[in-house]
Amino acid sequence: MINFTEATETIRMITQENLDVRTITMGISLLDCIDSDLGAMKEKIYGKITGKARDLVRTGEEISREYGIPIVNKRISVTPAALLGGSACREPGDYVEIALTLERAAQEVGVNFIGGFSALVSKGMTKSDEMLIRAIPEALARTERVCSSVNVGSTRCGIDMDAVRLMGEIILETAHRTADRDSLGCAKLVVFCNAPDDNPFMAGAFHGVTEGDAVINVGVSGPGVVKTALEQVRGEGFEVLCETIKKTAFKVTRVGQLVAQEASRRLGVPFGIIDLSLAPTPAVGDSVADILTEIGVEHPGAPGTTAALALLNDQVKKGGVMASSYVGGLSGAFIPVSEDQGMIGAVEAGALTLEKLEAMTCVCSVGLDMIAIPGDTPASTISGIIADEMAIGMVNQKTTAARLIPVIGKKVGDTVEFGGLLGHAPVMPVNGFSCADLIARKGRIPAPIHSFKN
Amino acid sequence: MKKTIITVVGKDTVGIIAKVCTFLADNGINILDISQTIVGGYFNMMMVTDATAYPHPAAQLADEMEALGKEMGLSIRCMHEDIFNSMHRV
Repeated sequence: MINFTEATETIRMITQENLDVRTITMGISLLDCIDSDLGAMKEKIYGKITGKARDLVRTGEEISREYGIPIVNKRISVTPAALLGGSACREPGDYVEIALTLERAAQEVGVNFIGGFSALVSKGMTKSDEMLIRAIPEALARTERVCSSVNVGSTRCGIDMDAVRLMGEIILETAHRTADRDSLGCAKLVVFCNAPDDNPFMAGAFHGVTEGDAVINVGVSGPGVVKTALEQVRGEGFEVLCETIKKTAFKVTRVGQLVAQEASRRLGVPFGIIDLSLAPTPAVGDSVADILTEIGVEHPGAPGTTAALALLNDQVKKGGVMASSYVGGLSGAFIPVSEDQGMIGAVEAGALTLEKLEAMTCVCSVGLDMIAIPGDTPASTISGIIADEMAIGMVNQKTTAARLIPVIGKKVGDTVEFGGLLGHAPVMPVNGFSCADLIARKGRIPAPIHSFKN
Repeated sequence: MKKTIITVVGKDTVGIIAKVCTFLADNGINILDISQTIVGGYFNMMMVTDATAYPHPAAQLADEMEALGKEMGLSIRCMHEDIFNSMHRV
């Protein structure tokens, strides 16, 4: 039977160290909603989402109350929309109509985000893919809940540089379309390499074509819990450090597994995966950066940060995989800048640069995340940053992503306030030298060699 | 059996156990185990209970216990046993 100490530890994790289940995300396939008539397809999409996810929010809240664990977000991911509109959509405006339908469905079932306004173009773009991508700025400007992602590269296929070039322009246009809200639209737009089919975290969640009709994926969190556990082993060797992270990750993941199974049972939807990610929030004590500081760097960005992050990421996985039958999604430590008080502090202290963040993304999930850059950054430079990040993912066989926010009207040193879970961010400097000639080249970067690994 | 762990934390005062137990008895909840300490004037109690006979949804019990705690200036949490089992037992 559970003893007093164990009960107290669990309750302390929840009440003082921000342990929570970050999201229950229901993945819904919309492939059976495809229709050559746009109006009919919109009706089918709305009907399917509101039917499948009708009880999602209520069930999440019931589980939260019964088990005493906060479940912060209830969300939906759907089939990448570019796969739906091939015959019904004649122009980007038609895709905007689909985005508005997703928004309406999300509003009806009460979820705060719906992901899947997406295109998978790692080798090339169909007309439909390109139309969807060109619809992104208007779609994100006219909706609040819709999240968009574009997968432009993979280890198997290489990088579609035409899509990378286009995405630089699209991100900038999205920033302009939402300039009155500090270019908030870009916070809901991710560019991926090796995007997973079962990621429950926004803004990059979509329901991959390899998935079943509907699925429940759960993302856990708990950087505060890891940080507090490490406070108890200050000065100890790496063995103790690693053991502590593993044990904590195990406990955190087990909570996610329990919630996922319970949600799956109550909703009658199969359980997919647990995403083991350490996801920070702007709240004090809920920071991945603070863990790095606790491991021993003065600020994230100091020499040694990449090593500390590599260790953290690996131990989280090692502890987490034993706690769950199915692990998937992104599963690693997130290092978004605006959503993590410690990362914001590191940028403001001058310790953390875009280049160091790029190095850090080589050893953790996911990528350059929630980074505010000056609004006058050229589209080709944005494409260049994306290309670098995609190359890291492609060569290292891992997921990487870029969620960059060129904040219109803001320059280096200004601060942007996104509010809520998205936090605030100092505008970071970007290397001013041009890569326009590289980005202007047409075609794609070939897939890397998969043998000769020495 | 549907086991629920109830924890009560707060400044010690007369009648905490009496009030909590009366509430549980009135709602058909059986107490299986109690451990309780007072540290520095602060009351800490953990109860393992069987809520199988409780007629309403478990979330309602959690809400009502929380409200009872507020009345007495205490923090009362009522959580399904499985969250502790899954976290602390392999």
